Amino acid sequence: MPETDFSLASVAPALPEIYLTVMVCVVLMVDVFAGQTRRGLTATFTLLTLAVGAGLTAMYSHVGVRTTLFNGLYVADELAWVLKLFGFLFVAFALLYSRTYLNDRGLLRGEYFVLALTALLGVFVLASANSLLTVYVGVELLALSVYAMVAFDRESGIAAESAMKYFVLGAIASGALLYGMSMIYGLTGTLSIDVLADHLRGEPSLGVILGLVFIVVAVAFKMGAVPFHMWLPDVYHGAPTAVTLFISTAPKLAYFALAFRLLAEGLQGLVQDWSRMLAALAVLTLIVGNLVALAQTNIKRLLAYSTIANVGFIVLGFVAGTPAGYSAALYYTIVYVLTTLGSFGVVVLASRKGFEADELDHYKGLHARDPMLAFMMMMLMFSTAGVPPFVGFWAKLRIIQELWATNHPWLVVIAAAVSVVGAFYYLRVVKLMYFDAPADVPDTERQTGVRFALGLNAVAVLVLGILPGPLLDLCARLIHQ
Amino acid sequence: MLVQILFWAFAAVLVGSALGVILTRNPVHSALSLVLCFVTSAAIWLLIEAEFLAVVLVLVYVGAVMVLFLFVVMMLDINTEELRSGFTRYAWLGWLTAGVVIAEIVGVVMARSLGVDVTKGAEPLPADYSNTTELGAALFTQYAYPFELAAVLLLVAIVAAIALTMRKRPGHKVQDVAKQVAVRPQDRIRIVKMDPEKGA
Repeated sequence: MPETDFSLASVAPALPEIYLTVMVCVVLMVDVFAGQTRRGLTATFTLLTLAVGAGLTAMYSHVGVRTTLFNGLYVADELAWVLKLFGFLFVAFALLYSRTYLNDRGLLRGEYFVLALTALLGVFVLASANSLLTVYVGVELLALSVYAMVAFDRESGIAAESAMKYFVLGAIASGALLYGMSMIYGLTGTLSIDVLADHLRGEPSLGVILGLVFIVVAVAFKMGAVPFHMWLPDVYHGAPTAVTLFISTAPKLAYFALAFRLLAEGLQGLVQDWSRMLAALAVLTLIVGNLVALAQTNIKRLLAYSTIANVGFIVLGFVAGTPAGYSAALYYTIVYVLTTLGSFGVVVLASRKGFEADELDHYKGLHARDPMLAFMMMMLMFSTAGVPPFVGFWAKLRIIQELWATNHPWLVVIAAAVSVVGAFYYLRVVKLMYFDAPADVPDTERQTGVRFALGLNAVAVLVLGILPGPLLDLCARLIHQ
Repeated sequence: MLVQILFWAFAAVLVGSALGVILTRNPVHSALSLVLCFVTSAAIWLLIEAEFLAVVLVLVYVGAVMVLFLFVVMMLDINTEELRSGFTRYAWLGWLTAGVVIAEIVGVVMARSLGVDVTKGAEPLPADYSNTTELGAALFTQYAYPFELAAVLLLVAIVAAIALTMRKRPGHKVQDVAKQVAVRPQDRIRIVKMDPEKGA
């Protein structure tokens, strides 16, 4: 019989998960009693929940040294702690931006917030996973919540279609993940990521590599790397913009954690093998993502292909195969989420009741109609393009430095070349906003509170670009092996 | 020896019924073949002394999931002609993909370097060993964390299913309980004062 200790002190590092699970139930109940007429109450309560959760996590669940809980199925370390804090922050901002959007379209229902919180719980589970079993449960918890959010607008045919695609393709990816895991479990006899890392030191057997291939496929699918990216543009385009905004935030942190816990921690012994597989994926992802983005006329599809291109960079961080490379990938992920959060925030604010500002043409002359929104969008686009002094520049630079340090000159050349191609379509958005005649579209939303938050978001992109030191140091400190 | 014979017999039925699932033209027959598949798998699981899982497989999959599935298949009006319309056009791609995957997996298995001794079976367990107790103990102690998360997963499924399917349709005939309780006699019966009929 295994030792089990469920005393209160022993589970303190798991406070974020426990708190969130309890609050999911509380939010469900609050929504029932708030009734049809006061849906805003649930939204406010959820934001409050996230703020309190971030506070509790910051104060009580920090651990100095790596500890495992629940019989080694759960790991508490600084990386997980920071990912959870960022998770709370990004989800709170995403829900704040999308509140009016949801309300205007009759989507402001309690279940939306419950699903957002369970998705966040999935992110936390992945961030702290120390067993293949926990990884799988986390992936499913996150994915199921997100599928339902994509289909949340029941009146929209295109949303239902993209949810269906996402669901079916996601199920195939989960199947691949389980297949790979079962093979590795069968050959090593363990599900624990720690034990796996010890087992797979020497020359790997063919069976383990076959399992690894399936795991890499599943991770690439979840991240949206080419050729497993097909779902991403359709889902980004078809989902309500508020949901697209949500998908591009906390889940990206989770998929970084998925790749890190599985490949960099559990299968570190096979780094030679998966690094080569990821290099091929990354090159394809960078090229396809950037080139196809050039041809887009819909801003949500444009940002989807931009996401694919950015995923290419994150994967490149893993290709380096060193702790410094992983920390560059972590830095890139955080920076990317921060910037995309703002970009989709602008898209949400530019839409009105009965009007979706999702075509690029809707942004023509935005400067003349709403200079503040256009300015924020310009900062975010510059950052994504990697123009200094914005933070996106440092993120790209760190990845390229690590590739150079680990002797991948060809990847450096490709990454630099596609960044130049990518700069074109980001700058095209800026050109449309500043130099074209204003489009004949409804006014943008004027919400002071949300605009203030979006302003903070854009300023953060600039400030972190001018002072990149603290976040870079943090990312370097979080990953040490 | 008897176990061997039983295993091969069940395995043959299992493979046969699995082929039946994908080869029969009628979807109802496919679903019924799948039921047979589950039952024979349960029998094979009994042979490796996983009696609890075998019972659960029959109860949950055969008893609940497949019955529901059959209902849905029978109720849907599936146009098989339309489904098969692109079959020959895409068949070569399917065969090619399946062939490559099978060749790769056979290549790996034939290499015999999987590092697993497949010749040795499991030791038979003593008669008083309870599979159910052991599973329960493992679930509620060692695997309590993923077990709880699985519970949250079910909650998500319920919330999502209700959020996506429950809607108020106009003209939906349903009782309004509050209205029924608040009803007053004068809403239902109108007492009309009439003059008595005059006698002739």
